[in-house]
Amino acid sequence: MIPAAFEYHRPKDMEGVLSVLAEHGDDARVLAGGHSLIPMMKLRMADVPHLIDLQDVGGLGGIDVADGTIRLGAMVTQAEIIAHEGLAKAAPILREASLQIADPQVRYMGTIGGNVANGDPGNDMPGLMQCLDATFTLVGADGERQIAAREFYQAAYMTAREDDEVLTGVSFTVPSGGYAYEKQKRKIGDYATAAAAVQITRDGETCSGAAIAMTNLSDTPIFSDAAGAALTGTQVTDSDIDAAVKAMLSDIDPTEDNRGPIEFKRHASAVILRRAIARAWSRA
Amino acid sequence: MKDEITREDRVDALGGMGCKRKRVEDARFTQGKGKYVDDIKLPGMLFGDFVRSPYAHARIKSIDTSAALAVDGVVAVLTADDLRPLGLHWMPTLAGDKQMVLADGKVLFQGQEVAYVVARDRYIAADAVELVEVEYEDLPVLVDPFEALKSDVVLREDLVAEDGSLPDGAHGPRKHPNHIFTWEVGEKEATAQVIDSAEIVAEESMYYHRTHPCPLETCGCVASMDKVNGKLTLWGTFQAPHAIRTIVSLISGIEEHNIRVISPDIGGGFGNKVGAYAGYVCSVVASIVTGVSVKWIEDRMENLMTTAFARDYWMKGRISATPEGKITGLWCEVTADHGGFDACADPTKFPAGFMNICTGSYDIPTAYLAVDGVYTNKAPGGVSYRCSFRVTEAVYFIERMIEVLAIELNMDAAELRRINFIRKDQFPYQSALGWEYDSGDYHTAWDKALKAVDYDGLRAEQAQRVEEFKAGKTRKLMGVGLSFFTEIVGAGPVKNCDILGLGMFDSCEIRIHPTGSAIARLGTISQGQGHATTFAQILASEIGLPADSITIEEGDTDTAPYGLGTYGSRSTPVAGAATAMAGRKIRAKAQMIAAYLLEVHDDDVEFDVDRFAVKGAPEKFKTMKEIAFAAYNQAIPGIEPGLEAVSYYDPPNMTYPFGAYVCVMDIDVDTGVTDIRRFYALDDCGTRINPMIIEGQVHGGLTEALAVALGQEIAYDDMGNVKTGTLMDFFLPTAWEVPNYETDYTVTPSPHHPIGAKGVGESPHVGGVPCFSNAVNDAFRAFGLRHTNMPHDHWRIWKTANDLGLHG
Repeated sequence: MIPAAFEYHRPKDMEGVLSVLAEHGDDARVLAGGHSLIPMMKLRMADVPHLIDLQDVGGLGGIDVADGTIRLGAMVTQAEIIAHEGLAKAAPILREASLQIADPQVRYMGTIGGNVANGDPGNDMPGLMQCLDATFTLVGADGERQIAAREFYQAAYMTAREDDEVLTGVSFTVPSGGYAYEKQKRKIGDYATAAAAVQITRDGETCSGAAIAMTNLSDTPIFSDAAGAALTGTQVTDSDIDAAVKAMLSDIDPTEDNRGPIEFKRHASAVILRRAIARAWSRA
Repeated sequence: MKDEITREDRVDALGGMGCKRKRVEDARFTQGKGKYVDDIKLPGMLFGDFVRSPYAHARIKSIDTSAALAVDGVVAVLTADDLRPLGLHWMPTLAGDKQMVLADGKVLFQGQEVAYVVARDRYIAADAVELVEVEYEDLPVLVDPFEALKSDVVLREDLVAEDGSLPDGAHGPRKHPNHIFTWEVGEKEATAQVIDSAEIVAEESMYYHRTHPCPLETCGCVASMDKVNGKLTLWGTFQAPHAIRTIVSLISGIEEHNIRVISPDIGGGFGNKVGAYAGYVCSVVASIVTGVSVKWIEDRMENLMTTAFARDYWMKGRISATPEGKITGLWCEVTADHGGFDACADPTKFPAGFMNICTGSYDIPTAYLAVDGVYTNKAPGGVSYRCSFRVTEAVYFIERMIEVLAIELNMDAAELRRINFIRKDQFPYQSALGWEYDSGDYHTAWDKALKAVDYDGLRAEQAQRVEEFKAGKTRKLMGVGLSFFTEIVGAGPVKNCDILGLGMFDSCEIRIHPTGSAIARLGTISQGQGHATTFAQILASEIGLPADSITIEEGDTDTAPYGLGTYGSRSTPVAGAATAMAGRKIRAKAQMIAAYLLEVHDDDVEFDVDRFAVKGAPEKFKTMKEIAFAAYNQAIPGIEPGLEAVSYYDPPNMTYPFGAYVCVMDIDVDTGVTDIRRFYALDDCGTRINPMIIEGQVHGGLTEALAVALGQEIAYDDMGNVKTGTLMDFFLPTAWEVPNYETDYTVTPSPHHPIGAKGVGESPHVGGVPCFSNAVNDAFRAFGLRHTNMPHDHWRIWKTANDLGLHG
């Protein structure tokens, strides 16, 4: 478990990052917390001749809650997300989800940017960002552009990010209503067997809007528009939840692995989503 | 301040047996100051790394090392062809088989060692490994032992004669080229007759899956050949350093006095570090060839995929009883998957270890056991993972059979155990399969355990839960897991226990220093068990010097007396006995010195805590400290100066620790998630040396039991690919997954052990696995489940519930 030789770059600013990327194209990768990339390099599954450490690059940190919008710099760690009281108040689902990612040691290193940018279907943040309808900011040679989290993921480890771009931050509107991040995993540190991110708004007895995204049940996170739609306008009765679950099940495409066969994963994802909806609705 | 020092004060000052002495090792272990094999750095040291087979079964057409050798910093690349002239391309296994050191024409399991790269640093070595080009021709893969016994595919051509006949193996005739041995114990016909004519018979097949000991520190070594003085020093993660020295001498031809084997601090062994591995042989050869030291350290995937696994037993049982529940006979047939080579670590005469302890804690008059060992395309091994030889398999088997019989009888499983326990007055008890149980009081332990957990209350709660479940009020079931186990540890009597011909005695050598402190060296080696703490406590009580004044040293074959090492809970039963016996020799000489100093006859002084006193005149005494000094500065007629002793202890019998465990578990039938609400563990390990260390051992053993029962496995796909090669998929529980354990005890000393101690390190694992598994099975008993195999991970539990129609 020793990676192939690589060149280590530690630029001081984004200009420096972009120039290494421009020079080496897909031979270069940026490094944030390293919890996805470094194991892949050690297993020699990722060949990264040029590794660009973002640690010294300014302007990539910070949690900003203002004017109804939340902005997180790409290098914000999960530990920072958990600790931030303003964020916990504005978007409590982030803390609830972050606490279910690995263990404290990992969360001190793991970043929001790395988690969403790598395109690992096991990561929790991509689905969560889709649920929150977040926007990712990418910087490249041609400047900055925005892309919706719901448009970002193409396949496992394949995203809309170009090789010479860096994901610098995520932003989303302060969510309202009830929330839940429900995750089944085999043990601490494991990826989800099934996980669901749910945000629900309520108008009296009626659900006025619902966003539902699932994790590790396809080769990308799954934003299930239909599942959310199935709840909207209903009173979130058992049969409404059944409809949402049914819609979700037709959107996911799990594969068999050591967590279990497809049949089990479909069953577990239904159970997890039911629980997430029930908890989110109870908080709405 | 007290003016008088009482006898109690003197006992306390010793820190001897029975006190909760803090572990002296922890100062370094908890501060990251241990010195492990990978901490050893020698001038000019080279690093070895393996090219390993991606195939589970393939012929090797060619190996091209030229690109690897061209890398700056690569010193050598060894293949079987390089080892052949030395006769080291194969090595003997502990099971009487032989094993390729480097692939000799073919590979038999994924991850098998094909070539050994030696380079200036481990990074260069890892790069060069990628550049060795091996051309494979893949062969049909056998991962199922039952298939293997029927297949035309021959895994071990080296074990088939030219005329196609099958020469006997190390354990007798073989019935198929992929068959290793058949081992039979007990009365076959009589048992068949008893069971066939019984009114009540329960049958069950169960698979005890393959798993791995997975110590935190992987295996590794540093070999250093000094060409000037001809001496080879080998540091490594060895659970049996002396045995390794002898093996290295036998296979290398280097005289044993020129080999020094050192086990430094070891980060857990659990059986994984008993055997001899290709990495050791290649490192020694590389050091001899290059003249400099060579280090080899496994990475985690190599450890999980290639160094010794555990279990992998397919067991078929039949058990018969009277309608009242008295067991009359037990039949056990095992098909044992040993992988590509038979590298089980068992005493020579026991190819399936002590599997014949499978009659458990019960008075079963008639029994029969047959074990067939089989070659497959999996990694070799078959070690005792935190247990004595194959005892976890045996105890799991009988504790599951008891549960199945209870179902057959429609009887409470706790009561069924009670009416079949060997009674206290039956000890020493001769079992149907050949063991003599030394001592036990099972009924007392069982009653204490059931009372502690309010067993009847648990059953009432469980019945209510079933009703609620059926009424749709809950989706959680409740399981009450029971197990009562008897271990067989302390291998063992030289008359029937040896490894590679080496009798399984153990040893202790003590030197008392003039100022009344001491050093004791043993043939065992701690891997975290706390020997430096507990052996000093035994000695403190035996020789009357404070434990804090006694250094315990193990693991250096140049200084320690010969011993067979630490595994199978043998340290306390065997080396602990040797320690007590050596201590008694010290005391015997001290008595003579004391008598001389007190000017009385030898028989007129008696030992009392920390001194010898004149009988009837306790105010006239000499402390052991004073006696130690006298041993070095007085000319005593008829007595040699100095105070030293050595003892080699050949145990007259094994020891038989036992225990009663109860697990209360809630199971979410929709997700398969388990929640262990309560775990109660009563252990009887005979005399208790250090209650705190016992408790720690119980916690650790139970945690490894939880791991194995609930998810830890080495799984292969049909092509022989390891599916669980990292800690993402191989379940190693963390504090989060581990419940609170309640520990308890009874004390039934071993009658034949000098201090009555039986050993405890492995009991919790042996008893814990069936307890967790029985809890899962028990949760579904009300819905018609008889048996479901481990590991009970989420999806398998879900599947059990699904198969029972519990998902609607």
